[in-house]
Amino acid sequence: MAGESDAGVVEAQAGVNGYELIHAKSPVFYDLYDRKSELKFQTHYCPGCGHGIVHKLIAEALHDLGLQDKTIFVSPVGCSVFAYYYLDLGNVQAAHGRAPACATGLKRACPDKMVIAYQGDGDLAAIGTAEIVHAANRGENITCFFINNAIYGMTGGQMAPTTLVGQKSTTSPFGRRPSNEGFPLHVCELLATLQAPAYIERVALSDNKNIMRARRAVRKALELQRDGAGFSLVEILSPCPTIWNLDPVEARRWVAEKMIPEFPLNVFRDRKPEVAVANIPQRAVADVLEIAQTQESRTVGRHFHPFENLSFKIAGFGGQGVLLLGQLLTEMGMREGLDVSWLPSYGPEMRSGSAHCYVCLSKKRIGAPLVSHPDVLVAMNEPSLRKFAPEVPSEGLIFYNRNSLPTDIPQPQAPVVCVPASEIADGLGSAKAANVVMLGALLEATECLASATALSVLEDKVKKINLLEIDRRALEAGRRFIDQHAHDEAVTQPDGFAY
Amino acid sequence: MRQLCEGNVAVVKGAILAGCRAYYGYPITPASEIAEAAALYLPQVGGTFVQAESEVASINMVYGAAAAGVRAMTASSGPGLSLMQEGISYLAGAELPCVIVDVVRGGPGLGNIAPEQSDYFATVKGGGHGNYRNFVLAPASVQEMADLTVLAFDLADRYRNPAILLADGFTGQMIEPIDLEGYEISPVEKPWAVKGTPETRNNLLSSIYLETDELEAHVREMEAKYIRAQNVETRFELYQAEDAELLLVGFGIVSRVLRSAVDEARRQGLRVGLFRPISLWPFPSQALAKSAAKAEKVLVVELSNGQMVEDVRLALNGTVPVELYGRVGGNVPSVEEICEQLSGQRTVWA
Repeated sequence: MAGESDAGVVEAQAGVNGYELIHAKSPVFYDLYDRKSELKFQTHYCPGCGHGIVHKLIAEALHDLGLQDKTIFVSPVGCSVFAYYYLDLGNVQAAHGRAPACATGLKRACPDKMVIAYQGDGDLAAIGTAEIVHAANRGENITCFFINNAIYGMTGGQMAPTTLVGQKSTTSPFGRRPSNEGFPLHVCELLATLQAPAYIERVALSDNKNIMRARRAVRKALELQRDGAGFSLVEILSPCPTIWNLDPVEARRWVAEKMIPEFPLNVFRDRKPEVAVANIPQRAVADVLEIAQTQESRTVGRHFHPFENLSFKIAGFGGQGVLLLGQLLTEMGMREGLDVSWLPSYGPEMRSGSAHCYVCLSKKRIGAPLVSHPDVLVAMNEPSLRKFAPEVPSEGLIFYNRNSLPTDIPQPQAPVVCVPASEIADGLGSAKAANVVMLGALLEATECLASATALSVLEDKVKKINLLEIDRRALEAGRRFIDQHAHDEAVTQPDGFAY
Repeated sequence: MRQLCEGNVAVVKGAILAGCRAYYGYPITPASEIAEAAALYLPQVGGTFVQAESEVASINMVYGAAAAGVRAMTASSGPGLSLMQEGISYLAGAELPCVIVDVVRGGPGLGNIAPEQSDYFATVKGGGHGNYRNFVLAPASVQEMADLTVLAFDLADRYRNPAILLADGFTGQMIEPIDLEGYEISPVEKPWAVKGTPETRNNLLSSIYLETDELEAHVREMEAKYIRAQNVETRFELYQAEDAELLLVGFGIVSRVLRSAVDEARRQGLRVGLFRPISLWPFPSQALAKSAAKAEKVLVVELSNGQMVEDVRLALNGTVPVELYGRVGGNVPSVEEICEQLSGQRTVWA
């Protein structure tokens, strides 16, 4: 409060009838506009502008409600971009139209503080339409003061979404034509269709009586936010004498005679919305992020890894558990102390019916996780076999989910192990376990990882006891299939097992 | 203790460990898992997750949260990043710290959802309007998706500036083991924040400086901060670079392919090494110049038709020939493809 006497500021004094209070400067206003290097004794607003009145209503209300130290004021792009010159509040200046989004971020960070978004008609009803609608629809517990003067003031009088039909502006030089520019946008009516808002009222600065109504509306909106009621918006029809090319008195009359008929004054919403609050149970960070879990320590025994690097491509239809099979191998590799990586095909490709993933296991740090020539291909369906078998080098190995290879397929250079995994899984009562049958077969045939590790991973991942039992049997069935056929020398390629 | 984690999920785990409790985002492939993980984890640890109406709203919600002094983030992919650029410029101009993750997909336009690195310019060179820089970090593994997210929050706070994690579709979708223990998080005091308290009532966060001299002074101050960062915040990794006759330069997922290619080339007796920038801004120009001093040639490999290569050429300033091998459209070169480039069957774009 330094410099009061210099500035000739009238000290706010409690009057006996309240009359002086209204005319005293609210302590929420700065004494001097120090943030502006010149014009310390006057505002940057034009004579007769409505912003000064609304600033005053807000400043007085915040002071009377004792909220000055709790309030964050978000100023927009527009003439009121400099509201922070005047309001002795925590101030944040937002991008054009984004004040409600900015206010959302502030309010969520400071839920017990007051957050005010102050916006003009271009800011709120044109470029920021999405932000105001969605902030209102979320029921953000913020207060929005919407200054509607039917024009873009700061940029020099261009058409606003609220410009009246026939009203001339620099960008509607023939007057607003609904055929070209549409009709004035009614923000309060629009927002009142939403369920969440608590309070929506339109007021006007057309005369003292209406200003007193505006004063009550400003207070009510702030009180509602203070009490946690939810979203509140007060639209204020406001004069812009300079751009309208009217004197201040005429401009007020223009609000009354032209604007109010188009934008009727009304309380469009005044009810506390019923919103059930869902309390989400709170947990320790380490639990939520699964840091404390001891997956790695559950490694079962020491397994000899007969490779430096081993890469897999696992492919099939969506729903065959192709990606999951890859993840099981990855988890097993990690538990056995290897470096591992898993890379899926993703996006629409995943949804169109086929899927594949790459798995790399290595004794040292893995370079490329993408493999063009996998050591092992698991083809869970025929298209995958046809497509990917040529990628496997002769020293590699292909697992195919059938009894035999299709007769018309060129002989792959790598040996093929035919495992009718889906058939075996069907026999176990769950076709979905085909991937685990294949895992059992793959482990038995290659001994790349320990089947005990597979069991421990399945025990951790499969929560339903009956499914776990099926997976156990599937793993065993896959293992046994290889066991039986590995000693069956009659089985040869291309129509049988050869390994 | 290691756990398997998807790259996009690791970002959120890192963020939460870094103290981030505010996420505002909009879904887009291949970054949506970041929003999904944030939606799942944050509400359980007292944090905020809001699915915004657009990326424009997301970044401005981040702006608000950052203004209140909390660690806040968002994530997207190319088209969403384009929508955020105005907001990022505002954040930089108002000197607000935040973390933005760009899991880059193929572009321009709707492009496709396969991995690219073609948002290098959009992030490293600014992207939004005006004089500012973003910190840009390029993770090459799931572990780094977490680690560099933590670092990004740290840099953002210390320099009061946005920090971007520039990942790609593969690094985001990949699953690898990560270890989330041992992060040292040092909270930065933010006396400038606007919190709705008596102590912060006089604070103003704004990027408007109407007077020309004031704006120039502001931009000069930011510039000083950027010069400071250029001196001390460059990060890179070398692999077999000491005696390399041919130095490969690549970041992110490409560096993984190049690492394998170096192994393969060395097996064939070729003296090939790798320089991997981790911080794309500030770009490790001096370190690169040093590493390339003994090389006969530098080959830049990017998932773009040549963006980082410009910074490589600036860093080397004509001292070493620089060639480019770029793949676009979502194609990631295989190790074999790179090795073909090394053995002379070269397609040179630039």
